Amino acid sequence: MNALWIAIGVMLGVAALLGMVRMLMGPSILDRALSVDVLIASALTGAGAYAAFHRDPTVLPTLLVLSLLGFVGSVSIAKFVARRTQQEHIPTTTEAHPTTATPTDAVPGSEKGENP
Amino acid sequence: MSETLGTVLDWVAILCILAGSVLSLVAGIGLVRFPDLLSRMHTAAKPQVLGLLLVLVGIGLRLVPVETNVFNVGTLVLVALFQTVTIPVAGHITARVGYRTGRIDESLMAHDELAERLRTEGDVPGSGMAR
Repeated sequence: MNALWIAIGVMLGVAALLGMVRMLMGPSILDRALSVDVLIASALTGAGAYAAFHRDPTVLPTLLVLSLLGFVGSVSIAKFVARRTQQEHIPTTTEAHPTTATPTDAVPGSEKGENP
Repeated sequence: MSETLGTVLDWVAILCILAGSVLSLVAGIGLVRFPDLLSRMHTAAKPQVLGLLLVLVGIGLRLVPVETNVFNVGTLVLVALFQTVTIPVAGHITARVGYRTGRIDESLMAHDELAERLRTEGDVPGSGMAR
């Protein structure tokens, strides 16, 4: 049974690393928010696996906090993106903004135009 | 509680947690390999709902033989409830903002019903931002 616990830990670690890779690569800020969600899901699973392995119920409130934190984080990032795009659509002549989010940043590989 | 039943519960619990972490790994792989935001959202939602529910079932089965505190089960149920209620909302808001700000690659979509509807009915001014 120990091998299965080790396999669980290894898989969660690899999942978190892949989420970090997408967070570094991610062409837009929404991809990064999504990878934060996956990281939080991995952390939830990891804390749950800890609680199950040690039969220790004291980390269960942490699961509650993490599940709410993921929701608040992704929603507030989405609202932030929407408001920033809306603000820069009102003055249509501000082309000189280097930090504006244009639709072209959906193209993979074009890193400019996004604040990390 | 007999010894055999405890062992069986342990095995069922560890298989549930293993399935949850496999889903988490699948989400990580899909996050790196999939080409656009919507398909990444599709794969990222798996460990957030199904994987987490499996892990919560596993925790409950591991805790049952030693702890019969009602607060533990209550916390697990609360986590499951919050997650199943909030994850669809967060996914909807993220996809809506991504669509409205033009981050969705239309060449990867098989069918875009919202674009047809916006063409026929017109867009309400100012509704572009998710309110």
